[in-house]
Amino acid sequence: MPADRADHPELRKALDALTGRFGNAVLAGAADKGELAVRLTKDVIVPALSFFKDELGFNAFEDLVVFDNLNSPDEGGARFTVVYRLFQFPGAARARLAVEVGEGESLPSAVPIYRAADWAEREAFDMFGVPFEGHPNLRRIYLPDDFEGHPLRKDFPLAGRTVGL
Amino acid sequence: MAFREIDLNMGPQHPSTHGVLRLKLAVDNEVVLRVEPVLGYLHRGMEKLWESLTYTQVVPLTDRLDYLASLSNNLAYCLAVEKLAGIEVPRRARYIRVILAELQRLASHLAWTGFMANDIGAMSVLLYGFEAREDILDIFEEYCGARLTVHGIRIGGAVHDLDGPLVSRIRAVLEKIPKRLADIRSLLDENRIWKERTVGIGRITAGEAIDYGLTGPPLRACGVAWDMRKEIPYSSYDDFDFDVPLGTNGDVYDRYLVRLEEICQSIRIVGQALDGLPEGEYKAKMPRVLKIAPAEVFHTIEAPKGVLGFTVRSNGTDKPERVKMKSPSFINLQSLEHMCKGNLFSDVIGILGSLDIVLGEIDK
Repeated sequence: MPADRADHPELRKALDALTGRFGNAVLAGAADKGELAVRLTKDVIVPALSFFKDELGFNAFEDLVVFDNLNSPDEGGARFTVVYRLFQFPGAARARLAVEVGEGESLPSAVPIYRAADWAEREAFDMFGVPFEGHPNLRRIYLPDDFEGHPLRKDFPLAGRTVGL
Repeated sequence: MAFREIDLNMGPQHPSTHGVLRLKLAVDNEVVLRVEPVLGYLHRGMEKLWESLTYTQVVPLTDRLDYLASLSNNLAYCLAVEKLAGIEVPRRARYIRVILAELQRLASHLAWTGFMANDIGAMSVLLYGFEAREDILDIFEEYCGARLTVHGIRIGGAVHDLDGPLVSRIRAVLEKIPKRLADIRSLLDENRIWKERTVGIGRITAGEAIDYGLTGPPLRACGVAWDMRKEIPYSSYDDFDFDVPLGTNGDVYDRYLVRLEEICQSIRIVGQALDGLPEGEYKAKMPRVLKIAPAEVFHTIEAPKGVLGFTVRSNGTDKPERVKMKSPSFINLQSLEHMCKGNLFSDVIGILGSLDIVLGEIDK
């Protein structure tokens, strides 16, 4: 079954290399079904992304996903979980890097490492209000600049909100 | 002439921005210095809305993302939910999905060919492209009654079975397309104006393209054989024999060649799927209310525009906790500035067209 390919032995090795390099900053890690999933402390996210790109060959930045944990606390207990998804081409291996971010806290920008992260970080900023330090152009991407609030936060109402005209 | 930087505005209401996209351009006489896309004119808050709907209610809304390839959106979302809920889709349903998704790719690429040629000024190609696409939309209409927002793929399978008359109709349409394609190619391939406007325009190297996150035909036009149907096959794509067409120069002309060649490959895939269509159910047995225990999945497919992915996180109820779409048009548009810099102002239209963006899935 290609979708559930057997364990990539290289991914196990990659996980060992990552733990060797970042030690206690790697909070959890698993290599399963072609995907390497790790949870990291947020201070190492940029060196970790560099390590994935330069040492482990994850050359493509696929997606950046933010989860608001307001109603369903995650393991770490922080307000937001930010997930970076990387892809290895050729090789078809995936990596999922997760970090916890509290409300009002910022993350360093991944744009110097993956240019594809540019708009993804702007979208995360627009929708969740997570700022990315060092981003070249951190402005809202969809909503007007003077919009108040961040719509994908769980405490932002779906409807019935008044806006000034 | 002396250097003179001028700011120009293009859109949001502009026929060749394929939707409501605004570009802020800085030009020095005719040469483009900077391009900044301004998004959000079509932002409908889809991801917020999805959190208030059940898993099944989300499917018709995915039609409204890339509305030129609604079945591909249905497929990507349904595969993600099925992976999350552990639903096994019957083999016949997987084949029907492949047939529908490849017909959708044909429709999308044929529409693109027409739009693209029209943007550059070759109006007759638009009519040939749309004539061929029309036949495919008629198939969708016969299959489920809708032409554009098809909603033909459901969680667990497809909406209807493929019956004998429809199978023969699909075969008849597939036989007609190569002739249409030959017409288009004879109009464009060696057309001096077309080549003048596309060869060497909007170039990007393979390394830069990967760094910018480019996927789909624009990436393969750089010679990178990245096709999710081959990389991580889904919905039984590994049963079919097809090639991944590649370009060499990464310019607008190569993107055109790659898409036309992909049309031929899609015809091959549909033919094989119709020949080998297994007996059995066209949908899985599904619970009346789909509740999924807390988990998270990410699933990608090769949509006509590029790699389309859905992250779905469940929370134990019948509604998703979060659905995040990885939209190929959104990510491909990011590299527009890089491709346009140093090219002529008039080529911005052609380069933008060659990326094949749909604002429905950029703005979500």
